[in-house]
Amino acid sequence: MAVLELRSVSKYFGAIHALTEVDLKLEEGEVLGLMGDNGAGKSTLVRVIAGNYPPTHGEVLLGGEPVHFSKPAESRAKGIEVVYQDLALCNNLSAAANVFLGREIKRGFGPFRWLDHVAMARRAGELFTELKSETRPRDLVRQMSGGQRQAVAIARTRLSRARMVLMDEPTAAISVRQVAEVLDLIKRLRDSGMSILLISHRMPDVFAVCDRVAVLRRGTKVADKDIKQSSPEEVTGLITGAISAA
Amino acid sequence: MSQNPSSSGSANVGIESVLGLQTQSPLQRLFGAQSFWVTIALGLMCAVMSYLQPESFATSENFYNITRNFSFIGIMALGMTVVIATGGIDLSVGSIMGLTAVSCGLVLNAGYPWWAAVLVGLFAGFSAGLINGLIIAYVGLSPFVTTLGMLSIARSVAVVLSGNRMLYQFGPGGPTFKHFGGGAWRIAAGFELSFPLLFLVALTLLLAVIYKMTAWGRYVLAIGGNEQAALLTGVPVKLVKVQVYVVSGLAAAFAAILNVGWSGSAINALGSSYELLAISAAVIGGANLMGGEASAYGAFIGAALIFTIRNALLMQGVDSNWQGTFVGAFLIAAVYLGKIRGARRE
Repeated sequence: MAVLELRSVSKYFGAIHALTEVDLKLEEGEVLGLMGDNGAGKSTLVRVIAGNYPPTHGEVLLGGEPVHFSKPAESRAKGIEVVYQDLALCNNLSAAANVFLGREIKRGFGPFRWLDHVAMARRAGELFTELKSETRPRDLVRQMSGGQRQAVAIARTRLSRARMVLMDEPTAAISVRQVAEVLDLIKRLRDSGMSILLISHRMPDVFAVCDRVAVLRRGTKVADKDIKQSSPEEVTGLITGAISAA
Repeated sequence: MSQNPSSSGSANVGIESVLGLQTQSPLQRLFGAQSFWVTIALGLMCAVMSYLQPESFATSENFYNITRNFSFIGIMALGMTVVIATGGIDLSVGSIMGLTAVSCGLVLNAGYPWWAAVLVGLFAGFSAGLINGLIIAYVGLSPFVTTLGMLSIARSVAVVLSGNRMLYQFGPGGPTFKHFGGGAWRIAAGFELSFPLLFLVALTLLLAVIYKMTAWGRYVLAIGGNEQAALLTGVPVKLVKVQVYVVSGLAAAFAAILNVGWSGSAINALGSSYELLAISAAVIGGANLMGGEASAYGAFIGAALIFTIRNALLMQGVDSNWQGTFVGAFLIAAVYLGKIRGARRE
């Protein structure tokens, strides 16, 4: 049973066909790389899965059941965690506060509920340790390196029993050295049994961590194959259109 | 940022990871807080004035007057910090005071009890804040324009309702109503704390707890820090935005209720240009107009500083028309300081 399945999903914005009948499957414990040039429909696909907007046609299935999301909170409740391209972090808050933003641990009685800072800092610290990141829960995100920020965003996905993680260009805006750090984070997520959909247009990243690669071109899926049976040259050709399909 | 080639897969060995390990110590955090330096400045000013004017400045009577005077603005500034924390601004608080004053005056004038006047006054502030919030959060207009509109509307409604009269015949509810704003707590012979100050202290503590200990307080700061992130992580952004303007409206209304009680009369001009004082108090106390940074204590100490400056200038015989110049200069200096601190942090 696929963790996530898209069945001929299309998304139109007026006359613009951002996605045309895309089929996609993400299996248990798999890292699927989704590649494509700018404007190929990658971000639209992420947003359809994450519930930012519904598909015009087609179905999204989670664990075999059709789902309909109208906002990100709904997809998260169903076990889809998203690491957004800009990480969706608040610089003015601590690492722990960011990890728990929107689902704080509270204590109290009756209508009086207050934040349990100790429990949140401890849990966040555990998550960072699991991810082998030296991020400290009480540090402000403003003071952190790109890699530490990624760790905060990824730690967030570990709070609930997520079924899958969508990562939108996690290595797009960070330094070369930090890319290695982030790829390590992705591998650790995979080793813990998480299914991951990695959206990227960095060829080396996809070939370093993915089991399978799918290519979008102008809103259509033109390839979907085992990464071992492909090559960076082939994928480049598929992205640009030099190879029409594989 | 350095880009040392990393020798191992676990890359946490570079210089920036080590730098990132510095957690701010409590002392560093204290020195980094603008409200701390404002407190120092206030202390210095009081020391200098006590030396220069021991007969008039350093008296319990003057202390009573200054603390009561800044309490009205301090209470408004508390509400203002919540709005500013989300990255918004509320220009309508002065006019909301006028509207509240007239509403209370009319209710008391008609012979209703004190609590009816308080409820109606708070309702006036609540309504104005709710309208501000709904327009800003759900229609998506800018806080500046929306609350500027409300500044005009609330004042005009206040003038219409009052028939442009001063209301001072308060009927049976009057004495109790006046007691809230005009009363005092006698600590010792010759040393009293005004009720407005006590309310301000209580509300400052309450808001400090809300910022520190509740999810709502954290959401307010998160929206100011990165609204899109707050939205994506499931923070009810629109609802919280409505709530902050309601809080600001209620704070202004409460300040007006105390002010009417203290002065014993309700005029529709109450609170004219007070929005500038409330915003100045919040900003001098360290609230960042870009959002994401604000504290309850900052509003308190900012208001205290402004009114102590005014008082000190009067006592030194400076023409009172110069007060605005000094307050304005402090405001600009505070924003500049905040900018320097921000640049050092990034």
